Amino acid sequence: MSQFLLYSLASVALFCIGLHGLIAHRHLLRKIVAMNVMASGVFLLLVSIARRNQDMVADPVPHAMVLTGIVVAVSTTAFALALARRICLETGRVSIEEEEEQGDTQ
Amino acid sequence: MSRLLTAPMTFAIGVILTVAVLDLPEIPAGLTPTVLASMEMSGVGHPVTGVLLNFRGYDTWLEVGVLLLAMQAVLLLQRSYDLSLLPSDPPANPVLSWFTHLLVPAMVLVAGYLLWMGTKAPGGAFQAGAILGAAGVLLRLAGYRSVAVLRGVLMRALLLMGFGLFLVVAVGVMAFGMQFFQYPGRPAGEIIFALEIAISVATGLTLAALFVGGRPARRHADGERRGSH
Repeated sequence: MSQFLLYSLASVALFCIGLHGLIAHRHLLRKIVAMNVMASGVFLLLVSIARRNQDMVADPVPHAMVLTGIVVAVSTTAFALALARRICLETGRVSIEEEEEQGDTQ
Repeated sequence: MSRLLTAPMTFAIGVILTVAVLDLPEIPAGLTPTVLASMEMSGVGHPVTGVLLNFRGYDTWLEVGVLLLAMQAVLLLQRSYDLSLLPSDPPANPVLSWFTHLLVPAMVLVAGYLLWMGTKAPGGAFQAGAILGAAGVLLRLAGYRSVAVLRGVLMRALLLMGFGLFLVVAVGVMAFGMQFFQYPGRPAGEIIFALEIAISVATGLTLAALFVGGRPARRHADGERRGSH
């Protein structure tokens, strides 16, 4: 298995694990961490694409995109954490609970 | 019911992505030769810095804008630009205080070094900004007021400095007959360095302020809002 194949399959796996965690977990902090795992998968793919051709210097354009992506992921995480703290302050809960019953607004 | 759909849907997305990744064309050269051929035009010595601040400067500008948006959203949750109203940690134990006294000046120095090295080696504005932000966070955790000493107009001006300088450069060159965001030929290196200084200070301040501003003010028993006293 070539190096690029290994890294790209790993990044797809990371992305899917993160996506599943983002949707399935109920705790807000776990959702935020899952979003970061998704971002890590994307960055891994970009960096491994940059290094595909072993003969040359690594491609600088995907490197710059990853730098941009990291900053955007940090901004999103910061705002998400501030929102989570505010939600906890206002409601006292940190999870998104399932509704017990459908109610009559069906 | 929708919980059962999560795993199959994720698996389907994974299959699609795997097919897409396996379908990538065989080892092309990518954009490396194009970038390396234009390096003299960029004004810096390192290809990634050249791409980040010259060839794809528009993306970098928008990225600073995203940071600013996150800061705006966090300050919106606090409903004020004055971070000094927020509760802070009590003064730290002596070991943390001493270590902070030791470490923060060193962090500022390392940030300046990384900023300078960005022109010829891995480094540059965002790396320096990240370390400055970490210094601000460390000060806050050690019980100092850190970024909260800035308030009002000074805070807004420093936050806007990165985005604003980019905008001034991008639009200002149009007054000299060039296109939007086209750096002039010879001063490109100096322009890039000035932009890097502005970005690193603004990014460091924004990251530290995101941490400080993320903690909501404490509520009084009757629901009124108050800070720490």
